[in-house]
Amino acid sequence: MFGSFRTSRDAAPGHRREPRLDGHFADDGRTARRHAARRAGSERGETEEMRREAPPSSGPTRADGVFRQAIETGRTRLLITGAVMALAFVAVSGRLVDVAAIADPHEPRQLTAVRAQEVETERAAIVDRNGVLLATSLGTVSLSANPHKLLDPVEAAQKIATVLPELDPERLASRLSKETGFVWIHRNLTPRQQERVNRLGIPGVEFHKRESRVYPQGRLLSHVLGYTDVDNKGISGLEKSFDERLRARDEPLRLSIDVRMQHVLHEELQGAIDQFSAIGGAGVVLDVKTGEVAALVSLPDFDPNHPTADPQETRFNRATLGVYELGSTFKIFNTAMALDAGTVSMAGGYDASKPLRVANYTINDFHAENRWLSVPEIFIHSSNIGSAKMALEVGPAGQKAFMQRMGFLDRLDLEVGETGTPQYPDIWRPINTMTISFGHGLSVTPLHLASGVASMLNGGTRVSPTLLKRDAAPVGARVVSPDVSTAVRKLMRLNTIDPEGSGGNANVPGYVVGGKTGTAEKIGASGTYARKALISSFVAAFPMTDPRYVVYAVLDEPKGTKETLNYATGGWVAAPMVGRVIERIAPIAGITPVDPQDPSVRLALAIQPPMQEQKHLASFETRMASAIQTD
Amino acid sequence: MAIARNDTSVLGRWWWTVDRWTLAALVALAAVGMILTVTASPPVAERIGADPFYFARKQGVLLLPALAIMLTVSLADLRLVRRVAVAMLGGSLLLLAGTLLFGAEIKGATRWVSIAGFTVQPSEFVKPAFAVVGAWMFSAQRLGEEIPGFVIATGLYALVLTLLLLQPDVGQAAVLSAIWFTQFFLAGLPMAAVIAMAGLGAAGMVAAYFAFPHVQSRIDRFLDPGLGDSYQIDRAMEAFSAGGVFGRGPGQGTVKTVLPDGHADFIFAVAGEEFGLIACLVIVAIFAFVVLRGFARVLHDNDLFVVLAATGLLMQFGLQALINMASTLSLIPTKGMTLPFISYGGSSLIALAVGMGMLLALTRKRPGVMG
Repeated sequence: MFGSFRTSRDAAPGHRREPRLDGHFADDGRTARRHAARRAGSERGETEEMRREAPPSSGPTRADGVFRQAIETGRTRLLITGAVMALAFVAVSGRLVDVAAIADPHEPRQLTAVRAQEVETERAAIVDRNGVLLATSLGTVSLSANPHKLLDPVEAAQKIATVLPELDPERLASRLSKETGFVWIHRNLTPRQQERVNRLGIPGVEFHKRESRVYPQGRLLSHVLGYTDVDNKGISGLEKSFDERLRARDEPLRLSIDVRMQHVLHEELQGAIDQFSAIGGAGVVLDVKTGEVAALVSLPDFDPNHPTADPQETRFNRATLGVYELGSTFKIFNTAMALDAGTVSMAGGYDASKPLRVANYTINDFHAENRWLSVPEIFIHSSNIGSAKMALEVGPAGQKAFMQRMGFLDRLDLEVGETGTPQYPDIWRPINTMTISFGHGLSVTPLHLASGVASMLNGGTRVSPTLLKRDAAPVGARVVSPDVSTAVRKLMRLNTIDPEGSGGNANVPGYVVGGKTGTAEKIGASGTYARKALISSFVAAFPMTDPRYVVYAVLDEPKGTKETLNYATGGWVAAPMVGRVIERIAPIAGITPVDPQDPSVRLALAIQPPMQEQKHLASFETRMASAIQTD
Repeated sequence: MAIARNDTSVLGRWWWTVDRWTLAALVALAAVGMILTVTASPPVAERIGADPFYFARKQGVLLLPALAIMLTVSLADLRLVRRVAVAMLGGSLLLLAGTLLFGAEIKGATRWVSIAGFTVQPSEFVKPAFAVVGAWMFSAQRLGEEIPGFVIATGLYALVLTLLLLQPDVGQAAVLSAIWFTQFFLAGLPMAAVIAMAGLGAAGMVAAYFAFPHVQSRIDRFLDPGLGDSYQIDRAMEAFSAGGVFGRGPGQGTVKTVLPDGHADFIFAVAGEEFGLIACLVIVAIFAFVVLRGFARVLHDNDLFVVLAATGLLMQFGLQALINMASTLSLIPTKGMTLPFISYGGSSLIALAVGMGMLLALTRKRPGVMG
């Protein structure tokens, strides 16, 4: 390229190289040059050949030629430049039209635009069924020190304690004086604390970035979520059972829990525990159709953000780990079993006029009717005598097989590891059959019971509970026929609307609630039943025309109050609370209230044939309570 | 303005010889720029905690002096234009060197230098100055004068290029290279050398990709938007989409509230959102008009210096506009480049005023030059 400079510079005096220059430009300027040549008067007609052969000393003619040649080349090339620029302007205009008028404004330019905003954490979040954050990881810093590098441990400890007042300066000073290269001072500093420690300017202290597990809902879901240790390793609940999954993928773990229902259940159960001075309680809201656990509470509970701040016993999960004799709620299963076996019909019944004596046991009714009772009467009066007789006709083998089908003899197959093993007799004798008929002698977890009730109400197939959101409901094995399922719905409904039923306190107008009480005496330390230590419970479902949710609440050792005439039975302490839960969660579930007097609702749940004529004047106690007396 | 054809005063001669259409187009651009600055800059001003109309007022205050400078320069004759350019080139070279020594670093580059309270970006002034001085050198040698014009022009180019790359300011370096190359091309660079130089230019761009991390990251993001932050360009695209054909209406735009450079490099997106496609096409048309009319006007000029100088100035003006608009439209990787006369920016405005003033001076009808 610098050769052309020389060429050009030589052109003025010698013009020897001029033809070469010409040759170079011949192909891009021919037309324009001819055009110019025509205009350039005196030189009209002069050809390139003539110029090339012209002598070096041709003077003014040569200078004119240089000038003309230069300007013509420039002009031609200016046209090219102009064309390129014009094209560029056209391209910009085209792009403008494309972007402003043609391209779909809703179409994202790139699929990654949204993903780019997500925060990657070492441990995935846990969310409820609607995406509400239940557990997440936050980056925090922790403070440590290298005592070897500290100039004055006492001064450092005092300075640090001004920023972190929860630290005792003297204890810290002694730890910082140790002969070691590393001492943890404090975990999880806030950014403000970090900045202040930084400003103290103490040599030898270090910050460590780490992630900290945070549970924004506090203690609301403590037993479901569990918690992690200081190294973010899950050590209970879902945090433990999904430890690897939460570490491996950043996608949140979505639970079946609805945090709104969880809140209602938690609040109402805590209220009942406080009101009746119970030592604890458990509650479940279960989706009848899918088996999804919408709420699961065990009280007392703990704050997973500070798991060790509460006593050890708060970490016991009563809803899935605790096994209890759950009492008369078992009569739901007992009645269904007998109806399904065909040993009795809804119109049939048993003589409950006198206590039942087997071996050295006596089975009484809490408030005996002392007469023949139909199947629905046995259910609503919660007759132990009638239930025992009903079970005996099915027999121990049939009963055990039924309980096996229901899953009551096995641990729950649940996502949390805290599941209790049911307790049942090694040898299933007739006496066991009789007591199990009213819920004694077979201990299961509250979640077992809620799932069992759901299995009775969904048409008769086994419901497997889950804590994860399900897209499709699995169809379980059949446990009872659809007809029996319909009969159970009717019986439970009758128990809340019949004046003599035990579940009236749980009825909520418009939501067609059905339910059953359960009151059992706890086995005391001596191995005998303790009369004053009760497990009082109530299981309900709604709407009974097409059950959507089972709500179950258990109170551990409630004490009666003046308002309950000192009764602490399920109908008094648990049923009203379950009613309040239903009243609050039904709107959340989007269930439309119906008129309970509507003929179609009544007809769907009416029991044929009508019950026995002779009704005794129901005493308060009979309606509300059921219990067992065992010598 | 009533000026008689036979008015022989300085102003009278100026009025009848100056390219009034180009002048009108430039004034129109300045007016458009003022309107857009008023609507686009308040959110940016609020973000930095200034009075909402801080930028608009500053631009307004600069606009009148800028127009005055442009008109004054356009009164000059060719000799004076050359002298002004040489002085400006010398001054801006000194300032460019000064920028490297004691310039303020803003957003990773040292491009500004403070003189008597004013923050000046010397790279804006060096471009028009080089366009005229380069044209002078090229034309002198081409027309047979006894000076190594090609070498001088190329040496000056290499010097300025080095100073710009040291800042680093790859965008301005690209514009400067285009000026130099176009002038060399027009001055009769042999075709083989043209091709070789085009290859060198491509190699230069590849080299810039590997030499400057910020260039690399911008190009990577342009080629693969998923790779990283394409925030400004995404918002700009949404703005054009939202504006559609007729726009959302003046002041109705939202992109300016989220774009850090809504009043400067991305002002075209604000125009697209608030005034729509048609207004944007008009702006493109005005730029194209100035450039192409300028080319057409010098096409028949017999003075090679005028042809080269005007072409250089127009290349600078047109390329800046094209690079800015193409960046905003995501046609090319983003480049820090102002939209001439429209974007907020004092140095850019004054330097462009001087440049366009020189263009108007060069393209005035001169005796003996056929129009």
